[in-house]
Amino acid sequence: MLRYTVRRILMIIPLLFLVSLGVFALVLLIPGDPAITIAGENATEAQIDATRERLGLNDPVLVQYASWAGNALTGDLGSSLFSNESVVGAIGGRFPVTLSLTVAAMVAALLIAVPAGITAALRRGRWQDRGATLFASVGISLPNFWVGILLIMAFALAFPIFPAVGYTPLSDGVGPWVLGLVLPGITLGTAVAAEITRQLRGSLSDTLQQDFIRTARANGLTARAVIAKHGLKNAAVPVVTVMGFQIGFLLGGSVIVERVFGLPGLGDLAIRAVLQRDIPMIQGIVVVSALIVMLVNLVVDLSYGWLNPKVRQA
Amino acid sequence: MSEPLLVVEDLSVEFATDTGWVQVLDGVTFGVDRGETVGLVGESGSGKTVTSLSILGLLPPEGSRVTAGSIRLDGVELVGMPKRRLEAMRGDEISMIFQEPMTSLDPAFRVGDQIAEVVRRHRGGSRREAWKRAVEVLETVGIANAGSRARSYPHEFSGGMRQRVMIAMALSCEPKLIIADEPTTALDVTIQAQVLDLLRSMRDEFGTAVVFVTHDLGVVADICDRAVVMYAGQVVERSEIDALYATPHHPYTEALLSAMPQLVARTGRLATIPGSTPPAGSMPAGCRFHPRCGHVRDRCRDTLVAERRLDGGGTSRCLRVSDLVLKGSA
Repeated sequence: MLRYTVRRILMIIPLLFLVSLGVFALVLLIPGDPAITIAGENATEAQIDATRERLGLNDPVLVQYASWAGNALTGDLGSSLFSNESVVGAIGGRFPVTLSLTVAAMVAALLIAVPAGITAALRRGRWQDRGATLFASVGISLPNFWVGILLIMAFALAFPIFPAVGYTPLSDGVGPWVLGLVLPGITLGTAVAAEITRQLRGSLSDTLQQDFIRTARANGLTARAVIAKHGLKNAAVPVVTVMGFQIGFLLGGSVIVERVFGLPGLGDLAIRAVLQRDIPMIQGIVVVSALIVMLVNLVVDLSYGWLNPKVRQA
Repeated sequence: MSEPLLVVEDLSVEFATDTGWVQVLDGVTFGVDRGETVGLVGESGSGKTVTSLSILGLLPPEGSRVTAGSIRLDGVELVGMPKRRLEAMRGDEISMIFQEPMTSLDPAFRVGDQIAEVVRRHRGGSRREAWKRAVEVLETVGIANAGSRARSYPHEFSGGMRQRVMIAMALSCEPKLIIADEPTTALDVTIQAQVLDLLRSMRDEFGTAVVFVTHDLGVVADICDRAVVMYAGQVVERSEIDALYATPHHPYTEALLSAMPQLVARTGRLATIPGSTPPAGSMPAGCRFHPRCGHVRDRCRDTLVAERRLDGGGTSRCLRVSDLVLKGSA
């Protein structure tokens, strides 16, 4: 298991290099000239040139990449072209919000998907199964800004149980923090719940046909132990894989959901950065997002080793 | 006279199909005494596996039903027993060994944990005690270094070793009865012999009764005291093992005996039984074996045949049992 873990971690290095190339290429690909944007619309040609020089935009591309990557490795992703705030600082300030939202969405998704998926698998072909399948197709196709608005109307305005907008940091108390995350979490988690339900249904009902399930039953294990222990652990690999994929979706979806609920997270920061062509900020957000996705995939891969002991040798 | 350990009496089972309920077991009757090994013999589709699964109550709850009959273990009726009570008996008083050792263990758990789980389910106690018991039974079934092997996962064992683990699991709570469903079919011949030896010594050591389900009469001769021959969902012959081989009393038994590969050397080619088991739902009228029988007479085609008691204590479901002299293998 240790060798498997180490090897899997080392595999991240080439991946990071590729990501850094892609991120850096953003500068070259994005239309518009940041120097013009920064210097302002009424700037003279000379002012724009000076700005370009200051930002190093005149250097050869390789030199630009080397200095950017070198700084990035030391944890310096530059600073915003507008506020001069350091990119790492800005991301660091907003990251807890997005992390909270993502975790809330995943928790909401699992709270819905695990019971729904298990019920559908056990009652295959009956109304419970059809209900779960219907939920899955509807849940995937609902746009989450719309779900969010509906939830706000129902549970923040009509029945004011949860706050409609805004974020309360964890440091202000666990209760308010959780309360503020319920609606955004459900909004963002619905589609993920639908996808996980579908996977879990298929995977679990296949697993329950296996010989070792019959063995467990023949040895008198209770239906609960058979399903919860032997069934779920063996059915988990495809489900965990999907959960890993969904993290990317959650990061993307948080852009919209943070807008709807007025959460000052990474998505909100990303929108502003894109609108302002704040390239260092965009690069920083992409790098951090890529890092998160890679870390999640690492965790997913390591979980394979736990779920399926055969993988450890491979 | 006290009742045998296991009594299966007049058991009839139906399966749901697209066209309605279809009978797959018809009045199956046999008994197993304490410490006795009984072979349940027949081709694929004869109903032997359905019989063993219904003893454990493992038939799919939807799609199958017991329409008549009784299954008693130690005098306790199992048919219609509440699910939870039956669950508590499985693995404790009766357990089962399956045909596919490669897939019958959970790949995601250590074998020791899987055995310990069964022990804790029925015996309670601490994890440590259950683990100790798991190691102990693994030792009993001849797994070297049981203490460290218990920490291995199923894929780290060969097929024969996995079957030993299955046997250890089945034995872990010292059941009165083990049902072994073709436990050696998937194994190499040399491993087969080892597993049979193991089953024999377990029976001798613990006095466990065994129902040995197989299509292989050679194996039956090796290990069983008595045999119950099934064909198309019915018991066609019951007999002491030596008598079965010397003088079979049903043409199907005779045909099975002549199809034993052990006889190839003598006759030069392998005898086969023409045709195949009729599918459930389209059983021939009269004797179910008549379309494949070499001794068939007109009356076999339309007379329902009941089991008849024979002088030696066995039974036969053949109309001509009194006028036929059938060939044994000896």
